[in-house]
Amino acid sequence: MKAVAAILAWLLLTAAAPTPLLRGAAAPTMLLTDLSQGRIDINTTFKGADLLVFGAIQYPAGAVPDAPPDIAIVVRGPAEPVTVRRKARVAGIWLNTDSVRFESVPGFYAVATTRPIPDLADDRTTAIYEIGVDNLQLSPASGASEAETNDFENGLIAAKRKAGLFVESAGAVTVTQGVLYRARIAIPASVPVGDYAAEIHLIRKGRVIASSSTPISIGKSGFERWIYVMAQEHSLAYGLAAVAAALFAGWVASVVTRRS
Amino acid sequence: MDLYLPIAEMSVNAFVIILLGGGVGFLSGMFGVGGGFLTTPLLIFYGIPPAVAVASSATQITGASVSGALAYWRRGQIDLKMGGVLVAGGVVGAGIGQVIFRQLQKIGQIDVSINIIYVLFLGIIGGLMLKEALGTLHAERRIAAGGDRPPARLRRHVPWIAALPGKTRFYKSGLYISPLAPLLLGASVGILTVIMGVGGGFIMVPAMIYLLGMSASAVVGTSLFQIIFVTAATTMLHATSSKSVDIVLALLLLTGGVAGAQVGVRAAQRLKPEKLRLALALIVLAVAAGLLFGLTVKPAALFTLYSSQ
Repeated sequence: MKAVAAILAWLLLTAAAPTPLLRGAAAPTMLLTDLSQGRIDINTTFKGADLLVFGAIQYPAGAVPDAPPDIAIVVRGPAEPVTVRRKARVAGIWLNTDSVRFESVPGFYAVATTRPIPDLADDRTTAIYEIGVDNLQLSPASGASEAETNDFENGLIAAKRKAGLFVESAGAVTVTQGVLYRARIAIPASVPVGDYAAEIHLIRKGRVIASSSTPISIGKSGFERWIYVMAQEHSLAYGLAAVAAALFAGWVASVVTRRS
Repeated sequence: MDLYLPIAEMSVNAFVIILLGGGVGFLSGMFGVGGGFLTTPLLIFYGIPPAVAVASSATQITGASVSGALAYWRRGQIDLKMGGVLVAGGVVGAGIGQVIFRQLQKIGQIDVSINIIYVLFLGIIGGLMLKEALGTLHAERRIAAGGDRPPARLRRHVPWIAALPGKTRFYKSGLYISPLAPLLLGASVGILTVIMGVGGGFIMVPAMIYLLGMSASAVVGTSLFQIIFVTAATTMLHATSSKSVDIVLALLLLTGGVAGAQVGVRAAQRLKPEKLRLALALIVLAVAAGLLFGLTVKPAALFTLYSSQ
């Protein structure tokens, strides 16, 4: 709540001191954004996190329109290439047969909106801003027909949704007095680490009139990080340590149970 | 108690994993099998990525086998010479297995290959063991009912194994055979260790009894002895190439596993060997049937994702 107070204070300040940038009605509407945490640490007890994305809409000359604005908040993780394989029945057994590679699949994608996505704007607009899991530009790289590629794309989206890594929540953004907006985005424990971004789009009458982007970093910390770095960079020592730990544990158990 | 695994990159319930390790450890001590053939599928079922499950269960098997092997060592039931030959073969096999594993991963058939190999091996071995155990139990019942004792069976000799050159004596195993036979056996099991994330005891034990004709007293201890070394080599291979060994996961499994193994060894001393083999046969067949069912039933999700860095 400290951050909310900070934003309000900022709003008061900017209202009190006229900025030269504001030139009457021509001045752009701006979005001010803050996050409950700019860095999410994955430690031993990490069970997922609740990210609070909040902020304020700054209208030109402080004129708040009567109609409530629409907001779409997108939190997305680092993109990576993903190969989608389809199973088919061969001689009674289900095996992977054909595959399509997608070049840029976000490891995590959550969108929270004030209303269902089709009500916010037309398909073209939501596609341009990649609002909604069906509007992601996944860049399929294959010679397969469009219908085929679509099948694979739907399969990919379904798998990601099931894993909780693609999430759409309509109505999850609340706007107070036409100015303050907030939404909670649940970050599951299985999120990939890396650099994330929270993108906020202000939509009015089907058009995006302001956007902002705030970086978030999700990374392992403490013990988790130490283990991960050891495994990646000192893999030989890590392997030896793993074997030694296993041998030691076995020996200890043997000694203990023999005494008792 | 929830715990985040640093390599598997997911949160698990620590108690569930410890219990899983304990149950498998019990079987490990009881039958002299590493139990990996249960650990790996169960971990994958729990949601651990297959590569991490295979690699970490190899690490766990190392520890679980140590306490079992020490127990047999004190009773003098390990044939070191035989074990050494098996380990030498096993390490070579592990290297070959790693190459095959990589290839299967590349063409996207690793999951289904693992399952098919499991079904084939578990099905055949479970079937053979079941037949053998039932035969023995049946014969005993006949004797108890006043029937004639069947003629004592001679130690089986597999002709091609007896024909291999360079015979040497393995005293504790009661064998005079060529070291090539256990070397080849060790290598074949080593390949499976890497691909399936198993110790290979469930193949090694029957092979030592039926193929090599080892004396039963040294079989389980020697199998555990070779499992320690081959799974340690496998851990090293996975740690340095696929970097998928999760030390936290392995230690959780071990915590339950080492305790379970000790209980298992004691339980095994009180049970009849025929009944033990019958029980193991049934467990092995049940796992095979479950996996076969999984292969033939239409999967809930036809599409699977593979991160391709």
